[in-house]
Amino acid sequence: MQEKVSRILRKTGQVFSGGGRDAGSSVFAETTAYAASTASRKAPHPFWIIVRKEMSDIMLSWRYVILLALMLLTCGASLYTAITSIKTAVPTGEAVDSFLFLRLFTVSDGTIPSFMTFVSFLGPLLGIALGFDAVNSERNKGTLSRMMAQPIHRDYVINAKFVAGISVIGLLFFALGLLIMGLGLLTLGIPPSFEEFLRMIFFLMLSVVYIAFWLNLSIAFSVRFRQPATSALSCIALWIFFSVFYTMIIEMIAKGIAPVNPTHMDQLVNYQQTVQFLLRLSPGHLFNEATMTLLMPEIRTLSLFVPPEQTYGALPSPLSVGQSLLLVWPQLTGLIAAVLVCFMAAYMMFMRQEIRSR
Amino acid sequence: MKQSTNMQIVDVSDAKLDAPDMRQPIISIKDLTKMYDEHTAVNQLTLSIQEGEIYGLLGPNGAGKSTTILMMLGLTEPTSGTVRVCGLDSVRQPIAVKRRVGYLPDDIGFYEDMTGYDNLMYTARLNRIPELEARQRVDAMLQRVGLSDAAKKKASTYSRGMRQRLGLAEVLLKKPEVIILDEPTLGLDPEGVRELLQLIKALSRDEGITVLLSSHHLHQVQQICDRVGIFVKGELLVEGDVPSLAKGLFLEEALTLEVGVKPINSELIAELRKLPGVVRVDEQDGLLQIGCKEDISSELSRILIESGCSLFHLQIKQYGLDEIYHRYFEGGEPNAGESKQDTP
Repeated sequence: MQEKVSRILRKTGQVFSGGGRDAGSSVFAETTAYAASTASRKAPHPFWIIVRKEMSDIMLSWRYVILLALMLLTCGASLYTAITSIKTAVPTGEAVDSFLFLRLFTVSDGTIPSFMTFVSFLGPLLGIALGFDAVNSERNKGTLSRMMAQPIHRDYVINAKFVAGISVIGLLFFALGLLIMGLGLLTLGIPPSFEEFLRMIFFLMLSVVYIAFWLNLSIAFSVRFRQPATSALSCIALWIFFSVFYTMIIEMIAKGIAPVNPTHMDQLVNYQQTVQFLLRLSPGHLFNEATMTLLMPEIRTLSLFVPPEQTYGALPSPLSVGQSLLLVWPQLTGLIAAVLVCFMAAYMMFMRQEIRSR
Repeated sequence: MKQSTNMQIVDVSDAKLDAPDMRQPIISIKDLTKMYDEHTAVNQLTLSIQEGEIYGLLGPNGAGKSTTILMMLGLTEPTSGTVRVCGLDSVRQPIAVKRRVGYLPDDIGFYEDMTGYDNLMYTARLNRIPELEARQRVDAMLQRVGLSDAAKKKASTYSRGMRQRLGLAEVLLKKPEVIILDEPTLGLDPEGVRELLQLIKALSRDEGITVLLSSHHLHQVQQICDRVGIFVKGELLVEGDVPSLAKGLFLEEALTLEVGVKPINSELIAELRKLPGVVRVDEQDGLLQIGCKEDISSELSRILIESGCSLFHLQIKQYGLDEIYHRYFEGGEPNAGESKQDTP
């Protein structure tokens, strides 16, 4: 009984003193000190302390506020264009109508891109912004060596940075996604089916994985480069390379290796497969393929050539969630692998580095 | 240089003779070596520090002091050799070592947008100190280092001296058995240095904390260190307390008397050389430089006056660490002392 009371007292004490440690709260703390001494609760694990601090740092930073404003703006714009053009853009047909709700994420009238396009474009920027100075700024400020002198394992720091970043991104995306769903529900007046809901949740999860890739990449650069500016520029360079130049380069290569006089079907198939393989080396392409499949159930295959014996007899109906997921499983695996590779690179580099003061 | 190598042998053997009747050392380093590619940062270092001692690790920049400290905390792996702190192996149990050892890095940084209080609370939480106890300890430590008034100010507004003191408060939060301070006096004004060193000394005395501090400001450290070790190019050249170091280094010539006397002639010099305790007598700029084992100033002045000379200047010069430093690092001529430290 006494224990219970003291626990409640302590909790209220924390709530009171959580915001500002003014004189009142310290008095309160003193009064609860006796109660606390009777039942000493274990202090939280240092890892979660770091995660908490990193999360609050991110959320209170200017760059996060700016990116949040940008995301809200794009979210509003894409929702607006989706709602205004949903009637004209969507062809009438029973199979498609049943996935009207998903159109909120994909439909665009051509002036403002859809939410899906925005995510694939701005997502990397969000990831980079949260990670490019994760380690090197701490190093430059001299706080890293101070933290390392505390009784914590070295990898807590980098793990916590990643966990904090990914939690903030996850929260943000789920909030935005659910916001769009809610607003869509209000304006369209049609509730989403469970399957649509599942598809949207998978889409949001996929977005988080994709952004996690960029987050880890930028953390790896922040371990590698001493100057935050260098790591930010390197990340942005890679981002622009993959989002603008990569397709151009692949198109050039494709022209070069295209068979001149294809005499056999296999030659064409091989050629197309090579080009597709090269395109899929870009995480952005993987993400686009996966989101399209998830948000457009009518996409039945991602390969360009489907042998007639496979299409023969197939009904032109949308896929179920499970089948769509099965279709994007390689893409998803590829993205997760890319996330892990980047994280491992950052982790290995960080563990091998010597932590000196500035 | 050859002389100094001899002295090193003497000093190390002295230390070894002393060892058996002391307690178990709280820091013991054996044959510690750290190589960076081809460069040897620390070479075969053997060192032991007793509980409650204030030990100064002295040496120029890049001598390997910081590397040694990092190895003690398990932040860098030694190439070979062992480090034991509080009886724990720093390589295998770095967390346990860091729980007992407080470390103040040389250029300490705080989270600028957090207050000094919050910075300390963060550290306290990382040390798993329960919330309420942490608050009490942070308040107590801030008071101890004289930062109670600035506790609610952001760390970005702190001056260099305040940062160092905040750093010291942070180090003390975990109630360490040993504190390691890397260049604690760097960049502080003379008053700040004095306050910080007094604080360190008081801590060592009141709480029995062992202190290891590294510095290249020799005479600052000289004031508070029980023992010093001179560390150059990764090697510990000599070790011991300041007077014995000076004694060993300067051929038993612990101090020099600067005597202004008229007239100076060769008979007088010859007579002075015969005095017991006098090692050498030289004439320099009309003053006599008399190197001697102990303070013979009163006897000397009596002899000079009895011999009918007029004595107009007598100053005792004692060799400080600066002189020792110069001798080792700059390879100066023996007893050439340009920057001797005067003692009143």
